[in-house]
Amino acid sequence: MSKDELIVKLKQIVAPYIQDEEAFKNLSEDTDFINDLKINSANLVDVVLDVEDEFDIRIENDDMEKMLSVKAVIEIINEKLAVK
Amino acid sequence: MTSKQIISFLPYQDPFLFVDALTAISSEGITGHYTFNSSAYFYKGHFKDNPITPGVILTECMAQIGLVCLGIYILKKDNNDLHNLEQKQPQIALTASQIDFFLPVYPGEKVTVVSEKELFRFNKLKCKVTLYNEKKALVCRGKISGMLK
Repeated sequence: MSKDELIVKLKQIVAPYIQDEEAFKNLSEDTDFINDLKINSANLVDVVLDVEDEFDIRIENDDMEKMLSVKAVIEIINEKLAVK
Repeated sequence: MTSKQIISFLPYQDPFLFVDALTAISSEGITGHYTFNSSAYFYKGHFKDNPITPGVILTECMAQIGLVCLGIYILKKDNNDLHNLEQKQPQIALTASQIDFFLPVYPGEKVTVVSEKELFRFNKLKCKVTLYNEKKALVCRGKISGMLK
Protein backbone atom coordinates (compact mmCIF):
# COMPACT_ATOMS: atom_id res chain seq x y z
CA MET A 1 0.00 0.00 0.00
CA SER A 2 1.37 3.44 -0.90
CA LYS A 3 1.95 6.11 1.70
CA ASP A 4 -0.84 8.26 0.24
CA GLU A 5 -3.29 5.37 0.42
CA LEU A 6 -2.32 4.78 4.04
CA ILE A 7 -2.82 8.43 4.90
CA VAL A 8 -6.30 8.36 3.33
CA LYS A 9 -7.25 5.31 5.40
CA LEU A 10 -5.77 6.79 8.55
CA LYS A 11 -7.68 10.01 8.01
CA GLN A 12 -10.94 8.07 7.97
CA ILE A 13 -9.95 6.24 11.16
CA VAL A 14 -9.06 9.35 13.20
CA ALA A 15 -12.04 11.42 11.96
CA PRO A 16 -14.45 10.54 14.82
CA TYR A 17 -11.89 11.43 17.51
CA ILE A 18 -10.36 14.72 16.37
CA GLN A 19 -11.06 17.99 18.18
CA ASP A 20 -9.28 20.38 15.80
CA GLU A 21 -11.00 20.62 12.41
CA GLU A 22 -8.36 22.86 10.87
CA ALA A 23 -5.48 20.49 11.72
CA PHE A 24 -7.59 17.59 10.44
CA LYS A 25 -8.21 19.31 7.11
CA ASN A 26 -4.48 19.82 6.69
CA LEU A 27 -3.53 16.35 7.90
CA SER A 28 -0.13 15.26 6.63
CA GLU A 29 2.66 12.89 7.59
CA ASP A 30 3.87 15.39 10.18
CA THR A 31 0.53 15.69 11.99
CA ASP A 32 0.73 14.88 15.71
CA PHE A 33 -2.37 13.25 17.21
CA ILE A 34 -2.24 14.93 20.60
CA ASN A 35 -0.76 18.35 19.83
CA ASP A 36 -2.35 18.96 16.42
CA LEU A 37 -5.57 16.95 16.33
CA LYS A 38 -6.17 17.28 20.13
CA ILE A 39 -7.11 13.61 20.50
CA ASN A 40 -7.23 12.55 24.18
CA SER A 41 -5.39 9.55 25.58
CA ALA A 42 -8.45 7.27 25.64
CA ASN A 43 -9.38 8.10 22.06
CA LEU A 44 -5.80 7.47 21.03
CA VAL A 45 -6.40 3.90 22.22
CA ASP A 46 -9.52 3.82 20.01
CA VAL A 47 -7.45 4.96 17.03
CA VAL A 48 -4.98 2.13 17.66
CA LEU A 49 -7.77 -0.45 18.03
CA ASP A 50 -9.36 0.77 14.79
CA VAL A 51 -5.97 0.54 13.05
CA GLU A 52 -5.74 -3.09 14.24
CA ASP A 53 -9.15 -3.89 12.75
CA GLU A 54 -8.63 -2.02 9.51
CA PHE A 55 -5.25 -3.62 8.71
CA ASP A 56 -5.78 -6.91 10.54
CA ILE A 57 -2.63 -6.48 12.62
CA ARG A 58 -1.84 -6.73 16.33
CA ILE A 59 -0.35 -3.69 18.06
CA GLU A 60 1.73 -4.31 21.22
CA ASN A 61 2.28 -1.97 24.18
CA ASP A 62 5.70 -0.88 22.91
CA ASP A 63 4.23 0.05 19.52
CA MET A 64 1.36 1.92 21.13
CA GLU A 65 3.73 4.22 22.98
CA LYS A 66 5.28 5.30 19.68
CA MET A 67 2.02 5.85 17.82
CA LEU A 68 1.72 9.59 18.39
CA SER A 69 1.94 10.92 14.84
CA VAL A 70 0.75 10.00 11.36
CA LYS A 71 4.33 9.23 10.40
CA ALA A 72 4.92 6.89 13.33
CA VAL A 73 1.65 5.03 12.74
CA ILE A 74 2.45 4.55 9.04
CA GLU A 75 5.86 3.13 9.96
CA ILE A 76 4.34 0.67 12.42
CA ILE A 77 1.57 -0.40 10.01
CA ASN A 78 4.18 -1.06 7.32
CA GLU A 79 6.38 -3.00 9.76
CA LYS A 80 3.44 -5.19 10.78
CA LEU A 81 2.19 -5.70 7.23
CA ALA A 82 5.68 -6.71 6.12
CA VAL A 83 5.89 -9.62 8.55
CA LYS A 84 2.33 -10.85 7.96
CA MET B 1 -9.14 -9.29 46.46
CA THR B 2 -11.98 -8.47 48.82
CA SER B 3 -14.47 -5.64 48.61
CA LYS B 4 -12.72 -3.93 51.55
CA GLN B 5 -9.29 -4.15 49.94
CA ILE B 6 -10.54 -2.66 46.68
CA ILE B 7 -12.31 0.19 48.50
CA SER B 8 -9.12 0.91 50.48
CA PHE B 9 -7.37 1.70 47.18
CA LEU B 10 -10.00 4.25 46.14
CA PRO B 11 -8.59 7.76 46.03
CA TYR B 12 -11.84 9.31 47.36
CA GLN B 13 -13.16 10.18 50.81
CA ASP B 14 -16.21 11.76 52.37
CA PRO B 15 -18.01 13.81 51.04
CA PHE B 16 -17.10 12.39 47.65
CA LEU B 17 -16.90 8.65 48.22
CA PHE B 18 -19.92 6.90 46.69
CA VAL B 19 -19.16 3.24 47.35
CA ASP B 20 -20.37 1.27 50.42
CA ALA B 21 -19.52 -2.29 49.38
CA LEU B 22 -18.92 -4.57 46.42
CA THR B 23 -20.97 -7.75 46.23
CA ALA B 24 -19.68 -9.43 43.03
CA ILE B 25 -16.17 -9.04 41.69
CA SER B 26 -14.53 -10.51 38.58
CA SER B 27 -12.30 -9.42 35.70
CA GLU B 28 -15.36 -9.18 33.49
CA GLY B 29 -17.54 -7.06 35.75
CA ILE B 30 -18.40 -5.78 39.18
CA THR B 31 -21.50 -5.09 41.32
CA GLY B 32 -21.62 -2.68 44.24
CA HIS B 33 -23.99 -0.50 46.23
CA TYR B 34 -24.23 2.88 47.92
CA THR B 35 -26.84 4.54 50.15
CA PHE B 36 -27.16 8.29 49.69
CA ASN B 37 -26.87 10.15 52.99
CA SER B 38 -29.95 12.37 53.46
CA SER B 39 -27.75 15.14 54.86
CA ALA B 40 -25.33 15.17 51.87
CA TYR B 41 -24.29 18.74 51.01
CA PHE B 42 -25.69 18.76 47.45
CA TYR B 43 -29.30 18.23 48.57
CA LYS B 44 -29.31 21.78 49.95
CA GLY B 45 -29.00 23.18 46.44
CA HIS B 46 -30.36 20.45 44.13
CA PHE B 47 -33.10 21.49 44.12
CA LYS B 48 -34.31 24.37 46.32
CA ASP B 49 -36.67 22.75 48.87
CA ASN B 50 -36.87 19.66 46.67
CA PRO B 51 -33.86 17.39 47.27
CA ILE B 52 -33.09 14.99 44.40
CA THR B 53 -29.72 13.34 43.76
CA PRO B 54 -27.98 15.19 40.90
CA GLY B 55 -27.32 13.21 37.71
CA VAL B 56 -23.64 14.06 37.93
CA ILE B 57 -23.51 12.44 41.37
CA LEU B 58 -25.25 9.31 40.04
CA THR B 59 -22.71 9.30 37.21
CA GLU B 60 -19.91 9.64 39.77
CA CYS B 61 -21.31 6.72 41.79
CA MET B 62 -21.44 4.62 38.59
CA ALA B 63 -17.89 5.61 37.70
CA GLN B 64 -16.48 4.93 41.19
CA ILE B 65 -18.02 1.44 41.38
CA GLY B 66 -18.22 0.46 37.72
CA LEU B 67 -14.99 1.88 36.37
CA VAL B 68 -12.58 2.60 39.23
CA CYS B 69 -13.31 -0.38 41.53
CA LEU B 70 -13.31 -2.73 38.54
CA GLY B 71 -10.13 -1.12 37.24
CA ILE B 72 -8.38 -1.53 40.59
CA TYR B 73 -9.35 -5.19 40.66
CA ILE B 74 -8.12 -5.79 37.09
CA LEU B 75 -4.84 -3.98 37.77
CA LYS B 76 -4.10 -5.63 41.09
CA LYS B 77 -5.68 -9.08 40.95
CA ASP B 78 -2.53 -10.78 39.71
CA ASN B 79 -0.36 -9.24 42.38
CA ASN B 80 -0.42 -11.08 45.69
CA ASP B 81 1.88 -8.66 47.44
CA LEU B 82 -0.93 -6.42 48.67
CA HIS B 83 1.07 -5.14 51.60
CA ASN B 84 3.63 -3.63 49.30
CA LEU B 85 0.97 -2.32 46.95
CA GLU B 86 -0.76 -0.30 49.61
CA GLN B 87 1.54 2.65 49.06
CA LYS B 88 0.82 2.60 45.36
CA GLN B 89 -2.45 4.36 44.60
CA PRO B 90 -3.83 3.78 41.12
CA GLN B 91 -3.78 6.73 38.75
CA ILE B 92 -7.18 7.38 37.24
CA ALA B 93 -8.65 9.75 34.67
CA LEU B 94 -12.24 9.76 33.47
CA THR B 95 -12.21 10.20 29.70
CA ALA B 96 -15.81 9.78 28.54
CA SER B 97 -19.31 9.14 29.84
CA GLN B 98 -22.61 8.80 28.07
CA ILE B 99 -25.52 8.17 30.44
CA ASP B 100 -29.30 8.07 29.97
CA PHE B 101 -31.49 8.74 33.04
CA PHE B 102 -34.89 7.23 33.73
CA LEU B 103 -35.88 7.73 37.39
CA PRO B 104 -35.03 10.15 40.24
CA VAL B 105 -33.08 9.05 43.34
CA TYR B 106 -34.21 10.67 46.59
CA PRO B 107 -32.16 11.29 49.77
CA GLY B 108 -31.56 8.09 51.74
CA GLU B 109 -32.12 5.74 48.81
CA LYS B 110 -29.86 2.74 48.28
CA VAL B 111 -28.66 2.17 44.74
CA THR B 112 -26.94 -0.81 43.12
CA VAL B 113 -24.44 -0.43 40.30
CA VAL B 114 -23.75 -3.26 37.85
CA SER B 115 -20.82 -2.88 35.48
CA GLU B 116 -19.70 -5.07 32.58
CA LYS B 117 -16.27 -4.67 31.02
CA GLU B 118 -16.40 -3.89 27.31
CA LEU B 119 -12.71 -3.31 26.77
CA PHE B 120 -9.45 -3.07 28.65
CA ARG B 121 -6.41 -2.41 26.48
CA PHE B 122 -3.50 0.00 26.59
CA ASN B 123 -4.75 1.20 30.01
CA LYS B 124 -8.15 2.21 28.70
CA LEU B 125 -11.11 0.65 30.48
CA LYS B 126 -14.56 1.01 28.94
CA CYS B 127 -17.62 -0.35 30.76
CA LYS B 128 -21.34 -0.68 30.27
CA VAL B 129 -22.78 0.50 33.60
CA THR B 130 -26.33 0.30 34.96
CA LEU B 131 -27.69 1.78 38.19
CA TYR B 132 -30.82 0.34 39.86
CA ASN B 133 -32.85 1.52 42.85
CA GLU B 134 -33.94 -0.67 45.75
CA LYS B 135 -37.01 -1.84 43.83
CA LYS B 136 -34.59 -3.07 41.13
CA ALA B 137 -35.98 -0.47 38.73
CA LEU B 138 -33.67 1.01 36.13
CA VAL B 139 -32.48 4.48 37.21
CA CYS B 140 -29.74 5.19 34.67
CA ARG B 141 -27.51 3.36 32.25
CA GLY B 142 -24.67 4.13 29.90
CA LYS B 143 -21.03 3.79 29.00
CA ILE B 144 -18.09 5.11 30.96
CA SER B 145 -14.43 5.11 29.92
CA GLY B 146 -11.26 6.00 31.71
CA MET B 147 -7.51 5.60 31.65
CA LEU B 148 -5.90 3.80 34.57
CA LYS B 149 -2.54 2.48 35.62
